[in-house]
Amino acid sequence: MSGVWVVVEQREARIGRISWEAVAAGGWLGAKLGLQVSGVVIGAETESLAAEIAGKALARVVRVEHPLLAQYTADGFSLALEQLIAAEKPDYVLFPHTYQVRDYAPALAARLGQVLISDVIGIGDGPVFTRQLMQGRLNGSYRQSGDGPCLISVQAGAFRADAAEAGAAEVSVFAPTLGAEQIRTRPSEPFRGSEQTVDLSSAPMIVSVGRGIKEAENLPIVRELATALGAELAASRPICDNGWLPMERQVGSSGQTVSPKLYLAVGISGAIQHLVGMKGSQCVVAINKDPDAPIFEVADYGIVGDLFEVVPALTEAIKASRQ
Amino acid sequence: MKIIVAIKQVPDRDAQVRIDAGGKWIEESDLQFALNESDAYALEEALQLKEKHGGEVVVVSAGPERVGQTIREALAKGADRAIHIESADLSTWDALGVARLLAAAIKPENADLILTGLQSDDLGLGQTGVILAELLGLPHASLILHVDASEGRLEVKRELEEGWFQSVELPTPAVLTIQSGGNKLRYATLMGIKRAKTKEVRRTTAAELVPEATPVVVLEGISLPAKQRSTQILPGSPKEAAAALVERLKFEVRVL
Repeated sequence: MSGVWVVVEQREARIGRISWEAVAAGGWLGAKLGLQVSGVVIGAETESLAAEIAGKALARVVRVEHPLLAQYTADGFSLALEQLIAAEKPDYVLFPHTYQVRDYAPALAARLGQVLISDVIGIGDGPVFTRQLMQGRLNGSYRQSGDGPCLISVQAGAFRADAAEAGAAEVSVFAPTLGAEQIRTRPSEPFRGSEQTVDLSSAPMIVSVGRGIKEAENLPIVRELATALGAELAASRPICDNGWLPMERQVGSSGQTVSPKLYLAVGISGAIQHLVGMKGSQCVVAINKDPDAPIFEVADYGIVGDLFEVVPALTEAIKASRQ
Repeated sequence: MKIIVAIKQVPDRDAQVRIDAGGKWIEESDLQFALNESDAYALEEALQLKEKHGGEVVVVSAGPERVGQTIREALAKGADRAIHIESADLSTWDALGVARLLAAAIKPENADLILTGLQSDDLGLGQTGVILAELLGLPHASLILHVDASEGRLEVKRELEEGWFQSVELPTPAVLTIQSGGNKLRYATLMGIKRAKTKEVRRTTAAELVPEATPVVVLEGISLPAKQRSTQILPGSPKEAAAALVERLKFEVRVL
């Protein structure tokens, strides 16, 4: 068995923050268990990326390289990592919890007779891995009960990227055996959904609306609040799914990531997919009828009540204060 | 085109969940249950594909007796028949075990396409469909918003992060996990509800399909999450709470 391995993800030859967070999580786990920590990068040409990863305190960095890995496919990445895992026999394999990882790591785990412990937000003694249940209303503690490599994916923001210490790792190349016929899907180049005309990321104030608004016809009360505040209007996913607001106003893992001075969440329960998009806000205010809604876990101020009463009252109070 | 849709019954979104006495699961006795949201979109996609190409839509669901109601709802919306895998202790199975159950029920159907929601609203593992594909030896694509099907092949629109998308081509049979929001969901009609009563629901049991299942990952316990920030709850009537919040926004947050 050979320690903790962290699979670093690249997008357009760049390593995202969530991958550095996974490296930090790997470092933490390795230190806790007295295991070596190594990095893995997958692609067709990974030399410069591997050099960047090797600047962290890792024992080794392995470039899993093959021309068929130039573009991500679930088949290509699963096959390549399966071979690496067979050769290196890691105790733990950590991934950043990205859409890409969600697409292939569960299949890779199944191939190994394992289950990916996905979307982990904390690691405790044991090790026991904490992940959210019931849309963030509860936490669950998971433990691997069998033998073999334990696969973990780490949620964005759960570990600090800057906790990954500097170092100088040895870099090597691993060439998996892949055939074009083994890759059954043909992905196209990524494209942007619609013209992005709203940049929520630079908005100093955001009023965001969720499922609690119930009907599209009720949106004006939230719009009036946003106008009174001088804030941008945003929404959680269900509102945009229903077509009540355009997709470009969506905050969360599938939408925009924002960090305004004020984030006012109206009728948003606070599922993790939404929280990852707004928890960097300086001040979070939540208005929700459910005192147990997870949004209150990240809120600085909360009003527990009926938004159809609270929001108009708040709009009036803001208008009055500005006169 | 024969399409299987794997659906899950989950606690209703607005249900107050409480930890049970054992501390390992939630108290289910007084809960309302509903069809998992992204599974509803998977069903909708299947029904639209059937309307376009003809064929059959079969729903598969695992769980106790109460799951029958969610199955009936799916039949009322237009699914042709159903398979109910009866299991009273599904919460102790891991994702691989559940996917094995579904695979065992789905395999003999020789479907062209297998759809499921991208993740459940209760456990949120987001893995069942992908593992299912692996167990069935089929290609897959996840987080799908739109499906174009033609003879023996699919072109699907896959959601990426931060507003990016990608189209992916793959051969059938295949497994797709469906993201919510790609379609507008239909309601069951009165006629649909009436017809559902006569549609076939084949019952099988978990023990019949997978005689022995030892989990490789266990849920040891559940707990209430720790607060990340100390929240000041502003009490009083809506008017009083609003006034208190305006004070804070003015003098503490300084945005007014």
